[in-house]
Amino acid sequence: MSDGKIDTLAANTTDSVLPNPWTALRRHTAARIALGRTGSSLPTREVLAFGLAHAQARDAVHLPLDVPALRAQLEAEQWSVVEVASRAADRAAYLARPDWGRRLRPEAAEHLKQLPRDADLVFVISDGLSSTAVQSNALPLLQALKPLLDGVSIAPVVIATQARVALADEVGELLGARMAISLIGERPGLSSPDSLGAYLTYAPKVGNTDEARNCISNIRPEGFAIGAAALLIAANIRAALHAQLSGVALRFDPSKALT
Amino acid sequence: MSYQHSIGIRSHRFDTLRELMAKATPARSGDYLAGVAAATAEERMAAKLALAEVPLAHFLEDLLIPYEADDVTRLIVDGFDRAAFAPVSGLSVGGFRDWLLSDDATPAMLTALAPGLMPEMVAAVSKLMRNQDLILAARKCRVTTRFRNTIGLPGRLAVRLQPNHPTDDPKGIAASTLDGLLYGSGDAVIGINPVSDEPGKLMAMWRLLDELIARFDIPTQSCVLTHVTRQIEAIERGAPIDLVFQSIAGTEAANKSFGINLAMLQEAYEAGLSLKRGTVGDNLMYFETGQGSALSANAHHGVDQQTCEVRAYAVARKFKPLLVNTVVGFIGPEYLYDGKQIIRAGLEDHFCGKLLGLPMGVDVCYTNHAEADQDDMDNLLILLGAAGVSYIMGIPGADDIMLNYQSTSFHDSLFVREALGLKHAPEFEAWLERMKLIDAHGRLQDARQSGALPALTAFTEAAQ
Repeated sequence: MSDGKIDTLAANTTDSVLPNPWTALRRHTAARIALGRTGSSLPTREVLAFGLAHAQARDAVHLPLDVPALRAQLEAEQWSVVEVASRAADRAAYLARPDWGRRLRPEAAEHLKQLPRDADLVFVISDGLSSTAVQSNALPLLQALKPLLDGVSIAPVVIATQARVALADEVGELLGARMAISLIGERPGLSSPDSLGAYLTYAPKVGNTDEARNCISNIRPEGFAIGAAALLIAANIRAALHAQLSGVALRFDPSKALT
Repeated sequence: MSYQHSIGIRSHRFDTLRELMAKATPARSGDYLAGVAAATAEERMAAKLALAEVPLAHFLEDLLIPYEADDVTRLIVDGFDRAAFAPVSGLSVGGFRDWLLSDDATPAMLTALAPGLMPEMVAAVSKLMRNQDLILAARKCRVTTRFRNTIGLPGRLAVRLQPNHPTDDPKGIAASTLDGLLYGSGDAVIGINPVSDEPGKLMAMWRLLDELIARFDIPTQSCVLTHVTRQIEAIERGAPIDLVFQSIAGTEAANKSFGINLAMLQEAYEAGLSLKRGTVGDNLMYFETGQGSALSANAHHGVDQQTCEVRAYAVARKFKPLLVNTVVGFIGPEYLYDGKQIIRAGLEDHFCGKLLGLPMGVDVCYTNHAEADQDDMDNLLILLGAAGVSYIMGIPGADDIMLNYQSTSFHDSLFVREALGLKHAPEFEAWLERMKLIDAHGRLQDARQSGALPALTAFTEAAQ
């Protein structure tokens, strides 16, 4: 793209577009206000800006997680890694059948049964609905968590593809872990394609429901910052291990973890 | 009782009316997920052919969800108006489709018929209708409701202004509201989906909108879309509540998963009425629905998701709502996979709600993991405009930064108004003219000419 093209577009835009003189109010919200209009319609620059944001959100959903790259990065930081896949064969099946994304393929389950058991924690990094979120934020979050988890034993990190939150229940159960923590790509918003969620479950087992989990959402540089999220997750882990439960029944004051 | 239809040498058998209804439904991912969809395209057509023969009166005998098991069924059966049903009582489902599309079915006939229809009859006939049938028949249904303005008059379209903000920031909410008002949106309601359910924060939002509407004398109503119990508590503490909101579904168990029952809705309705805040009418309930909610709560009783949705409209109509909308593409691709399924469902929900006498709006929307985009939304919007939809959503740039989905924008409402010649609610139209925001033909004016701009800007900067 040449600068000349952008200049031409900008010139055309200013000719026919009626601007909205309340752009100063944008400092109060990230909402798409004061876009201006041409007739009844959006200006070209806004149609294209929206199109780009949607394209990035679509890519976050559909681009496969680059597992070899993530594995190499984790191993470079001394994490040992296991790879598993859900029963959803591809993205289309994953999107249409949440039930398949919650269960391991039989061969993955067999593989996990061969591994050492009884760690305090297992982290399950799952692609979920945003590979972008996982690719950019999962390793930094784990690195931030590591120094906060002294004295807690941690199983090898499990990378799970075509995976929903509840897949971590089966992983944790097979590994005999006291807690499973799913770090998963969240449903991407138009302005937040890279949002990571952390779901903490004590005594993971197949069939657990959402009220047994604690959730920390919107983990990304422009959302809930990684360092703060790590503090909150670590405090939540210690509270759950101490109380031997998680979810709505866990009395845990998140504000204390951040002060 | 079982149902059968033969096609060539193959005979298709359906053991229950529930199974017949599910298999006659146009293909959608939620019915596959529930395991109730037809296995083949031919089986789906056989089910439609068999369903076309079923007498409407049969739905009164063969209840899809038993009377004893479900309070929505009891509401439907106990509230059924046999006298109103009489004009169509001799028809089959297929005959009912023919009658609806005929010149005999006038707007006045359809209005009188509404209390004599069970949701299941309406769902059944919609399964035999093409998209164009759903548009033409809905267009004949006249449903007019009033609070501070009049919603649902022919040739008019209202917009819910939805100024959501990810931290409920008052200035952020006010900024989006200003944007919408200057674009001529907000006649259906100015309605915030709050992040918080803290009573103090909710009260601040009700007061903010109340002050805005009073200060600028806007003929519209406000709503903060929190749980109905929060609204009842707030009314007791003196909150200035116009519309009372609740999400509802078509089975007792699904409503229980929302933390509600019919008695709670009645209590909330009466609490709202006690405030007497309407000026031209007292329709004050606002309900949201959407196909798939019963299945996602595992509360569908083997009934297909579209029929469950229409049963929710029986809940809505008991409380004479000002607004009902189906949030059609919000739930995700495991229920409605792509643009085709979302468009079909939006037209079905609008038609079925209107035929049952509800002021139906549609949240024309999708999520980023559905196979849909803005072009699909443009299509559904113009189809709904042609069908006479009562209202749509208006969100800055179509991007809801709190709920993380895409709906229709203020610009989209200008588009559908211009393409189809649709006007605002009359009282709101007069206000926009007084503010010099539209001209005598309803066309949006340059907001820089309006005295509303500096006053609304000052209001926004002072919001807290």
